[in-house]
Formats: sequence, structure tokens, C-alpha cells
Amino acid sequence: MNASLPPPGIHLRGVDLDRGGPLFRDLALDLDAGAWSCLLGASGVGKTSLLRLLAGLARPTRGEITASDGLALAGRVAYMAQQDLLLPWLSVLENVRLGPRLRGEGRRAREPEARAMLARVGLADHARRLPATLSGGERQRVALARTLLEERPVVLMDEPFAALDALTRHRLQALAAGLLVDRTVLLVTHDPLEALRLGHRVLVLTGQPASPDAPLLPPGQPPRAPDDPALTTLHRQLLAALGVAR
Amino acid sequence: MRGCITLLGLLLAWQALVWSTGVPPYLLPAPGQVAITAWEAAPRLLAHGLVTATEIVLGFLLGGVLGLATALLLARFRLARRWLLPLLVLSQALPVFALAPLLVLWLGYGLASKVAMAVLIIFFPVTAAGYDGLRRTEPGWLDLAHTLGASRWTILWQLRLPAALPALASGLRIAAAVAPIGAVVGEWVGASRGLGFLMLQANGRMQVDLMFAALALLSLIALGFYFGVDRLLRRLVYWQPETLTSGGDRHDDNAF
Repeated sequence: MNASLPPPGIHLRGVDLDRGGPLFRDLALDLDAGAWSCLLGASGVGKTSLLRLLAGLARPTRGEITASDGLALAGRVAYMAQQDLLLPWLSVLENVRLGPRLRGEGRRAREPEARAMLARVGLADHARRLPATLSGGERQRVALARTLLEERPVVLMDEPFAALDALTRHRLQALAAGLLVDRTVLLVTHDPLEALRLGHRVLVLTGQPASPDAPLLPPGQPPRAPDDPALTTLHRQLLAALGVAR
Repeated sequence: MRGCITLLGLLLAWQALVWSTGVPPYLLPAPGQVAITAWEAAPRLLAHGLVTATEIVLGFLLGGVLGLATALLLARFRLARRWLLPLLVLSQALPVFALAPLLVLWLGYGLASKVAMAVLIIFFPVTAAGYDGLRRTEPGWLDLAHTLGASRWTILWQLRLPAALPALASGLRIAAAVAPIGAVVGEWVGASRGLGFLMLQANGRMQVDLMFAALALLSLIALGFYFGVDRLLRRLVYWQPETLTSGGDRHDDNAF
């Protein structure tokens, strides 16, 4: 199926979107195939709106969003939000299996795979528990397992680690980077260091209507060590681009 | 235990009132007198109580199912919202009690008219609570379901309905508490059996002690029914945290 095809790059061309005022005008943006792109920007600049466009949850007023392999993007995109969005009445295992469940694929469809995903995020023995009994970090790992089970080539993440404490966030970033290697990923974040740690390309969205600055290309492979001296310079550069005086 | 103390206190106050004022027993009988009458008339009381209890349970079940079905209809179809909702609200402007004689006329003196009365009273709180729950589904869940490729029906059944259960349960609790009113009002207007009928009859014959006994039994039935339903609902909505009980095991929020 989709999983066997190499992940496509994504191109936005001439995209207009309005939300109250003009949010995007003639927006052009590229996501490289099989790479992590990290998107930074001030609150309200349109990061989440861009993600919703790509996820098919909103439609642009004008313009088009295409995949580099010419196939439709619908059904090939997984979406992970800042909240874990676990359903409180389902067990951890059933939450991971939410996709097959909601598509009516049968009561126990893909259960072995779901268990395998739980093992990969280190929650194998939590399968039968309810989400309310888990910690914030554990819940977000279940959400990650749910995203992974879909085996979609394109993964969109909207600040999935923002609500976690620093230590948990650090571990989850490494975990996600390892598990989602070779997929086309767009990670929206507030945190310049997170973007530098995880992104092959770092984009900054500024202005109104918003447009991306030239992408930053941090050296080496993610996940990078946060104390890498090369990142310090880039970090300063990013903060300047975001309008933070130093 | 606390309930028993409260009850005992009330009975003592009642007895004290009878002693101190010397009200004649045909106006206010002493609790002891009521207990004796209840014991003597027990078979009769229980037979009539069973009828009323049946009416309450049937009315609750039917009203609950109808209310939930209407709520689902309102949630799923815009057309239903536009045409049915104003009608439902309007129906609540009519005093349901005024309809009781009509119901007896149409459905007869038996069980049906009392069940219908209870259904009429229960229906609206269940519909309103259920509909409210169905339309307040967390938007993030809906977005997620869309990206996972769920159909509108699946979203309604697997997402909106379970998410609405806590709200629906509140509606059903109200329904459980008011269901006895429907049954008894129905019996007052026209019946040959049931506690409401017995009370009316006892009142007419100045058997105030029997009336109090019937009233006590009705209270027992109503209490038992409410707490039974409450227990079932708690089990149904098993994931809802109970924050009023002390010493819940709150998890450390951010441990990895």
C-alpha cells in the first residue's frame, strides 16, 4: 500500500487563506521528501492553519497543495496534535488501534501491530490501562504509537511535546526522531532549540500575510545534541528571525 | 447510617408535634399509628406499590430510549434540528399535568396512560442533556477522526455518543427522580390500581394514616429507583473521575 511507496515531498503553490484577515497570500512552501521540516513562528502567524491545510482539515481559498509523486495527498497524512487526544473510555491498546476501529476494520484488526507499536514506545505492559491512569509523557507516547500504526508516509505534528517537562520532552524528541526517520515530517513548534535538534530544515514563518524565510539547514543528522556549538549560532540567528532582541 | 439518623430525627419531631399540639389523628396521625396501619395493610400496599413501580420503570426505560433516539436524530440531521427542536421546546411550554385527563381518555385506565405520562415528563430532560452532550464533542477528537478516515456515522457512534454519555447520564438521573411524579399524577387522574389511586381513595375516606403509609412506600420506591439508576450510570460512565470522593490516586502528571 502507501507504506511501500517512498514518502513524497509536498509543495504549496499560490496558496491563499483567510482567517479574520488575510493569513496567507500566494504562499509557496516546500517540504522535502523523507525529511523533517520544522516550522517556527510567533503565535497567531498561521502555523496551525498551515498544518490543517496539509492535513485536509481546511481548504485554501486559492492555490494548490501537491505531492511530488503526483498522487493525491488525502489518506497519506497522519496528524498529531499538542493534546494527546486519547479517548478516555478506551484502553491504551484500543486508543492505538483507533484508526482501524474508526474505519470499521473489525474488532481485533491490527491488534498485533498495535501491541508492537506500544512496545516500541516502551509501553508494552500498559496495554489494558485507561488513559487517565497514565502520566503526560506516557499519554503522548500512546499518541505517537497511534500515529505510527497508521504507517502514513507524511506526518504532521503540532507542538506535540510542548506540554511536557524538559526531561520528558528531550526523551520523546529522540524517540520520535528515531521512529519517524525517512518519513516526510512537518513539525510545528514554538521552541527554536527543538527545531534545531530535530529538523533537516528549519523554516520560520513571519509577517501578515505570512511567508517563510529562507530555510536554515543545521549540520549533521537529527536528533542532534542540544549543546552542539554549531546550534548555538543558529539558535541566535533564529531568535533574531523571530524578532527576539538579544 | 446517616440516612437512618435523619429519618429517626424526623420521626421524633413528628411524634413531638403530635404530642405537643394534640392534633386529632384524622388530621395528622402519629408515626406509630402509621406504622401499625402500614403493617396491617401491607399486602394491599405492596400490590399497589408494585403497579406504580412497574409504571415508573417502564416509563423511565421508554422515555430514556425515546429521548436518546431524538438526541441522536437532532445531532445527525440538520433538518431535524431545524424542524424538531422548536417543536420540542414548545411542547415543554404546555403543562404536562393538563394532558393527564386526555391521556387517560385516549389510553384508558390501565398501565398505558401512566407510562405515557411518565414518558412525557422524562423525555425532554433526556433529549436536552443528550443533545447537549452530543454537540460538545472535543473538536480535536473530530479532527483526528477525520484524518483517520472515519465516516460521519462512525463518528456519531464511536466518538460523539460515548463522549456524550456523562451528559446523558445527568439527564437520566433527573429523569429517574421525576419519573414517579408522572406515574402518580396519571394515577390521580384516573386509575383503579397504584399508590396514587390508593392515596386518593384513602384521602376521600379520611384514612390519613393509610395515606401516610402509601406516601412512605412511594418515597421508598422513588429513593430505591434513583439510587439504583445512579449506580448503573456510574458503572456505564466508568472513565469519569469521581472528584468528590477523597483520596483519589492522582498520577504524577509529567513522569516519563
